Amino acid sequence: MSIIETKKLKKIYDDSHVPVKAVDGIDITFEKGEFAAIVGPSGSGKTTFLNMLGGLDNPTEGEIIIDGINIWDMKSRKITDFRMNNIGFVFQAYNLIPVLTAKENVEFIMHLQGKSKAERHKRTRELLENVGLGDRMDSRPNKLSGGQQQRVAVARALASKPKFILADEPTANLDSKSTATLLDIMERLNEEENITFIFSTHDARVVKKARRVITLEDGVVISDEVK
Amino acid sequence: MIWSIAWKNVWRSKLRSLVVMTAVTLGLFAGIFSSALMNGMMEQRIKAAISNEISSIQLHKPKYLENKEIQFCINNADSVVANIEKNPEVKAVSKRIKLTGMAKTARTGTGIIIYGIDPEKEKNVTAIYSKICDSTSLAEKRHITDPSVIHNYLKDSCGTYFENARSNPIVIGQKLAKKLKVRIRSKIVISLQRVDGTPTEGAFRVIGIYKTNNTMFDEINIFVRSKDLENLTGLDSTKAHEIAILLNDNEKCKEVEKTLQSAYPLLNVMTWQEIQPDLGMMTEYMNVMLYVFIIIILLALGFGIVNTMLMVVLERIKELGMLMAVGMNRSRVFKMIMLETIFLSICGAILGMIISSIVIDYVADKGIDLTKWVGGLEAIGYEAVLYPSINLTFYFGVAILVVLTGILASIYPAIKALRLNPAEAVNCYIVKLLYC
Ligand SMILES: Nc1ncnc2c1ncn2[C@@H]1O[C@H](COP(=O)(O)OP(=O)(O)OP(=O)(O)O)[C@@H](O)[C@H]1O
Ligand SMILES: [Mg+2]
Repeated sequence: MSIIETKKLKKIYDDSHVPVKAVDGIDITFEKGEFAAIVGPSGSGKTTFLNMLGGLDNPTEGEIIIDGINIWDMKSRKITDFRMNNIGFVFQAYNLIPVLTAKENVEFIMHLQGKSKAERHKRTRELLENVGLGDRMDSRPNKLSGGQQQRVAVARALASKPKFILADEPTANLDSKSTATLLDIMERLNEEENITFIFSTHDARVVKKARRVITLEDGVVISDEVK
Repeated sequence: MIWSIAWKNVWRSKLRSLVVMTAVTLGLFAGIFSSALMNGMMEQRIKAAISNEISSIQLHKPKYLENKEIQFCINNADSVVANIEKNPEVKAVSKRIKLTGMAKTARTGTGIIIYGIDPEKEKNVTAIYSKICDSTSLAEKRHITDPSVIHNYLKDSCGTYFENARSNPIVIGQKLAKKLKVRIRSKIVISLQRVDGTPTEGAFRVIGIYKTNNTMFDEINIFVRSKDLENLTGLDSTKAHEIAILLNDNEKCKEVEKTLQSAYPLLNVMTWQEIQPDLGMMTEYMNVMLYVFIIIILLALGFGIVNTMLMVVLERIKELGMLMAVGMNRSRVFKMIMLETIFLSICGAILGMIISSIVIDYVADKGIDLTKWVGGLEAIGYEAVLYPSINLTFYFGVAILVVLTGILASIYPAIKALRLNPAEAVNCYIVKLLYC
């Protein structure tokens, strides 16, 4: 069974004069262990699509089924917990809590999940070492470079042991070296630990690394290639 | 963890938080200090009233209270007094003959209340004896510094409390002395009713002039020795109209009242609150008023806090969106914003309370002399030198109100934060949010 399945997924913004069909009927499935890029011109609906997959925004029509559960059937109160326990997020910016250290940022999610202190500490250390930041655990985000911050964000996203990780343009604010490092880490996690990544990007170098590339235009999938 | 995040968030924008805290500090200081002034003024008034005018508890014949006639007296007053003195809560007891009459001089006359007392006993109950002119201030006013001169001067101008008295001495208030245009050694004729109902007159010589902080009191209350009054009215020396009791602790009034009332069911026992209901009410009113006062100040501060917190929420839209996305549910977001608001208000409040208590302590030692600024305070029984005073309960009350203010002030900003749609917040469709 695929971990994500969308059925006739639509999102129409009609709060302006002309309704915008941001996502206009997407039927797609993702399997465990995928490393998929979503590409397309600006305004093609990448962010909107990812937001709906992640349970951040409700579709106008259609269904999203994650591990057999239609997530938009859930009450809004439950969906927050569902996100916390099943989906990891990496955003383009504002990813970390600025007043907390790298370590605390990663711990925070596990704290919300109610994990024990010992488990939190152990896993936090493992995760941060895994993304190459074992020595920066006590730094606040403003003392870390953009690339390092995104690596903390990946560690944070993994902390809750999610089913998959969604990343909306995770490298958009990074220089090429940081981009390469971040992608290497993501790739390694994907290969070694079978972590599912679905990310959107404009960056050709990122697209090159992806093993599946889904191209959107005007809210519809115009191509879906597996390398 | 939410607590620590909220606390750290308070210090993200140091300057802004400090400005808000300073406002709370100053506002509360102003509120608490003026409350302490008002409260101190009231406490002084009550203390003065108890120690100069009414004492803690009084006993009368019920009929006397309805109609202040000479015949409605407590018959075996001395044994009652002796009995009451045995009560360990009682500090001193004085029996009084208390009559209404006229005080006249050759030129003028006025209605008065005359007390027949035993000066030595009365001294222990009321402090009129110590109000025989305020020696230092009077001398100061006239720029006299030589102690012997002061002594003579005072003897001359204000006299004594029945010291070295010859026949028929009388102690009157300064206001009455002015009204009757009399001074020490002047003669005053008192006219009143004898026990048998016939009118009588007696000549008294002014031996002392007192001045309390209550000019109205000074104007009508005069004191003579009970035996002189007995001679004049023909009243039996075992009888008295009023038994005044001073307690060691005024808080025990109600208890002692109960004991006495059951011991003397035929007499009317009243505490100072009942004797002067306006004073009794004042304590309660003052309490309510002080809180109303603080609430108004906190309300004003609350709006400032709401404004600040709205700004905070607006500034952190993206971050809040991220927090909600990664699993912070609504109640936790609410809690975080609320804690931030409460911390913001509490920090300023604690500082405000500390400063208030220090300043109040300092000022309470010295007092604030209002003579220059406010005339006429003394005419209504208030002292012109104020000693601010506030109790610990009030600080607790204020602390609770501050927390409440923090909670209330956080509700609107927190609701704004809750309404954020995480998808929109993360991607910051700010323009849209501002209009939603
Ligand atoms: N909250 C919203 N309200 C109104 N319109 C929106 C909203 N979110 C997105 N849109 C519109 O939906 C369309 C798709 O937007 P989306 O952000 O998904 O595109 P994108 O592919 O992520 O673009 P980019 O590459 O620039 O990030 C755009 O036309 C956008 O203006
Ligand atoms: Mg986008």
